[in-house]
Amino acid sequence: MRVYLDNSATTRLDDEVLKEMIPYFSDVYGNASSLHAFGREALAAVDKSRETIASLLGANPNEIYFTSGGTESDNWALKGAAQAYGKYGKHIITTAIEHPAMMETCHKLEKDGFDVTYIGVNSDGLVDPEEIKKAVRDDTILVSVMFANNEMGAIQPIGEIGRFCRKEGILFHTDAVQAAGTIKINVKELNIDMLSLSAHKFHGPKGMGLLYLRNGVKIEKLIAGGHQERGNRAGTTNTPGIVGMAKALEIAVRDMEKNNEHMRKLRDYFIDRVEKEIPYCHLNGGREHRLVNNANFSFDYIEGESILMVLDLNGIAVSSGSACSSGSLEPSHVILATGASMEQAHSSIRFSLGKETTKEEIDYTIETLKAAVEKLRSWSPLFKQTEGESHYV
Amino acid sequence: MYNKKVLETFAHPKNVGEIENADGVGTVGNASCGDIMQVFLKIDGDKIVDAKFKTFGCAAAIASSETATEMIKGLTLDEALKIKNSDVVEELEGLPPQKIHCSVLAEEAIAEAIKDYRSKH
Repeated sequence: MRVYLDNSATTRLDDEVLKEMIPYFSDVYGNASSLHAFGREALAAVDKSRETIASLLGANPNEIYFTSGGTESDNWALKGAAQAYGKYGKHIITTAIEHPAMMETCHKLEKDGFDVTYIGVNSDGLVDPEEIKKAVRDDTILVSVMFANNEMGAIQPIGEIGRFCRKEGILFHTDAVQAAGTIKINVKELNIDMLSLSAHKFHGPKGMGLLYLRNGVKIEKLIAGGHQERGNRAGTTNTPGIVGMAKALEIAVRDMEKNNEHMRKLRDYFIDRVEKEIPYCHLNGGREHRLVNNANFSFDYIEGESILMVLDLNGIAVSSGSACSSGSLEPSHVILATGASMEQAHSSIRFSLGKETTKEEIDYTIETLKAAVEKLRSWSPLFKQTEGESHYV
Repeated sequence: MYNKKVLETFAHPKNVGEIENADGVGTVGNASCGDIMQVFLKIDGDKIVDAKFKTFGCAAAIASSETATEMIKGLTLDEALKIKNSDVVEELEGLPPQKIHCSVLAEEAIAEAIKDYRSKH
């Protein structure tokens, strides 16, 4: 059996989306910037997609800028805002649990003379808006808080933070890459100034994203070149990608209630059974304010990547916060930010369900996981079982 | 990123476990770094007659432990000390660059176990 439980890494392109995209590879292949009919046909599709996306996000079409994905959008929002508003102040507020696209960009800005405050989270992985309010200084130009965390699915209080920033006149950006498929987002209602999205997280194509930029917010461009995206983001327009993202977002919003209910039910069943049937495990993050498709567990006495590999050898795809799987020396900064120990961070495993996940797949995963954990514990020098009692040695 | 040999070695280790009343035990690494390797040796005269391991760590750490313990069986202590991490990597037909430290741990665990034996004899 092959089971894909890594939908937070990427999702399968929806068949409907693929069908929508196909004509724009070889039939309608004109450059959307060209004046001739070939170009105009492509431009018409791009314009229509932009309108669809804008309306689904509660934005105006001229506030949507297409990019190559979430990473570019995050880089652009931060670097662009820092450059444009740096003359008013050098202070940026973000969180300790951001995606590397944000973290690395913040580190770059720090090298360039900006001061970045990283707000911590509670044991549920949630940011307290009061801490953001307290961190604001006279020279704060930007607040950036991810909409939902990619590792443990913690959904942040974006509404409250947005309201506060708007009132204070501070620019507010959110990386909504993990949220878009399962949470209805309205940028106006949430007082968002900038928002990053990535199509492949909601069954759209890879290499396709967008930055929502509220009218009136002026940031420097990241990529110089042609006049595409109203002169703000150069590079030949990715017509099939844009058409695919629009269709994918349309389907996500259309089927959201049904899919969310399906995933939440299966995810809760999964968490309940794992907690009941596997000893010495911890759910990372709280059960409330959590993406419907996310479960993240740490299993004491064993290391995450080895669990991932045993599951993989049995056909199950998951991801791990262990240092070993990321290629860095430090385990997940997100799990550590919740106050978990290094050991717990090293042993964390993320299971991210999809709309196509079945109960059979979840049952198979639980049985395989139980056996994997038991086997790896029997191999671990940290695990000693004596008369039913276990403890670290 | 892992080759077939590493995956196969990780999936079906033969030397995992403890040796009761082992003549030498070596433990290296720590849990906060994500790797702990423990090697148990049964030694007869100057010869390693059995070697087992217990490892907390990634697939590469477990595969390195298995391979290293397999390689030293039947060797004298001095011969075993000549087994370097690069020999373990070679036996595994390569490890990803960021996993080379796992083979180093295996080399160190064996050296520790031999040191433990020698300190007692």
